[in-house]
Amino acid sequence: MNEIPLSHILFVSTGLFFIGMYGLFTRRNMITMLMAIELMLNSVNINFVAFNKYLYPEKLDGIFFTIFIITIAAAEAAVAIAIVIHLYRNHKSIDVEDAAEMKW
Amino acid sequence: MSVSQIIFYIVAAFILGMGILSVTTRKIFRSAIWLLFSLIGIAGLYFMLDVEFIAAVQIVVYVGGIVVLIIFSIFLTQQSGKEMPKAPMIRSIFAALAVVFGFALTYLLIYQYGFVTIDQPFDSTVARIGKSMLKTDQGGFSLPFEVVSILLLAAMIGCIVIALKVKPEEK
Repeated sequence: MNEIPLSHILFVSTGLFFIGMYGLFTRRNMITMLMAIELMLNSVNINFVAFNKYLYPEKLDGIFFTIFIITIAAAEAAVAIAIVIHLYRNHKSIDVEDAAEMKW
Repeated sequence: MSVSQIIFYIVAAFILGMGILSVTTRKIFRSAIWLLFSLIGIAGLYFMLDVEFIAAVQIVVYVGGIVVLIIFSIFLTQQSGKEMPKAPMIRSIFAALAVVFGFALTYLLIYQYGFVTIDQPFDSTVARIGKSMLKTDQGGFSLPFEVVSILLLAAMIGCIVIALKVKPEEK
């Protein structure tokens, strides 16, 4: 069944991780930066599932790591969006350059 | 080249293309929609890797939860038809350079490592996952399961507290 080489799946996840990194570097809007982080988390999930299937097919550890990462990503997205909405109420902007109140 | 390989390469190109569109488009609502397609492509990749449970969780949590939350927050905070300002040229050039070199280095390492794959059927049925998740002895994931449930409760209360706060001097 393993007719796709492992390195090709890792190519997809590496590419997705660095696409997310590009978005994190170039964007200055908080919601789009959050989307870039979601892409990076997904690439890590692909890695875990692929390693579990190809290298340790008798175990389930990679699957569990993926489940916990998805759960924590959902909690993280909810908290991040609550912070973004609160910041928008106070600053009328969600650009990271405008949120400089804690800068000394 | 068999049919499943061809489907894998199509899905891979779909995921990467939608990801690139998602981080480069200048309209924020379109960016969220491209992200949605990319996540659906990843769910398809999980189906091809024989992990149907993870694929279902991916669709339910990411596509049904997180992307909808992001779209709601876009509607609450932005004029979604407006274009975002372009990043400065110098920043995009250096970001692209860092990303290209990082990708080249990482993939070179992966390509040269030579993983020893085991060709053996992979049993990831929901029954096995559920038994292993609630097992308390060796190889069980009972403790992380409980810790994550506490974390979700804390995140829920934290979100409510953050979003409810009203400044006393404004009211």
